[in-house]
Amino acid sequence: MPPLPQELINGVPINAYLGLSAVLFTLGVAGFLFRKNLITVFMCIELMLNAVNLSFVAFSYKHGKVDGHLFTFFVMVVAAAEAAVGLAIILTVFKNRQTLLVDEVDSLKL
Amino acid sequence: MDVILFAIFAFLSVACAVIMIAQKHPVSSALSLIGVMGSLAILYLLLGATFIAAAQLIVYAGAIMVLFLIVIMLLNAGEEPKPSHQSLIARLLGAPLIVVFLGALGFIIYISIPTEETKVTFAAAKAGSAEDVGMALFTRYLLPFEITSVLVLIAILGAVVLARKEME
Repeated sequence: MPPLPQELINGVPINAYLGLSAVLFTLGVAGFLFRKNLITVFMCIELMLNAVNLSFVAFSYKHGKVDGHLFTFFVMVVAAAEAAVGLAIILTVFKNRQTLLVDEVDSLKL
Repeated sequence: MDVILFAIFAFLSVACAVIMIAQKHPVSSALSLIGVMGSLAILYLLLGATFIAAAQLIVYAGAIMVLFLIVIMLLNAGEEPKPSHQSLIARLLGAPLIVVFLGALGFIIYISIPTEETKVTFAAAKAGSAEDVGMALFTRYLLPFEITSVLVLIAILGAVVLARKEME
């Protein structure tokens, strides 16, 4: 195995973390737009929240403060609450319509 | 060491995310999402955020994803049907346009990257232990923390009201 270049031994550049966060967020958006299943769409929202959490923690590292970690903590709490309510809504939709496809749940469409 | 671990888990998280949105079956998507969250927990560890890494594993990969899997199995959600119609223009122009878009975006991001940048190593992390997070959480962020408890209470009530059986 060839030795790593010196700048890589020193550590990962913080831009790599931010880039990874952007890629994950984009994948979340893509899944949100392409998927048809309500539950999968919901999981893509969770993926986007996770991507944002990663940049919060990366910026927190950069500034040497703990505030970003707390934002991440609050995002987690809100995500848990959102998952509980959202899944209850999905259950109700399925009970009333017997479908999980977003295309068929379109009562609010003009 | 940091670089190797970052490379492994960054690749793993992106691969799991791609699998998640490429899979037709919701159970496969949910399992891939657990993979993403697990790799992100390792990345938080590399950034020195030990408390957040533990919370990520317990809250996200544990509680939230189990909730998702329970609902998937409860509703017996199957595979998605194939998209019925696709516009010809979208099929022909979609791939070239997305390449152009990503190229332009990548170029703009590349020229705007600052030359001096922070290097991330686990050993150099300044804050993030449970003690640091707890100190900040119960002093400066006490009010948001308390409001969060009200939010969670409302969410519990909302979930119960939405999911209960209709009374006659």
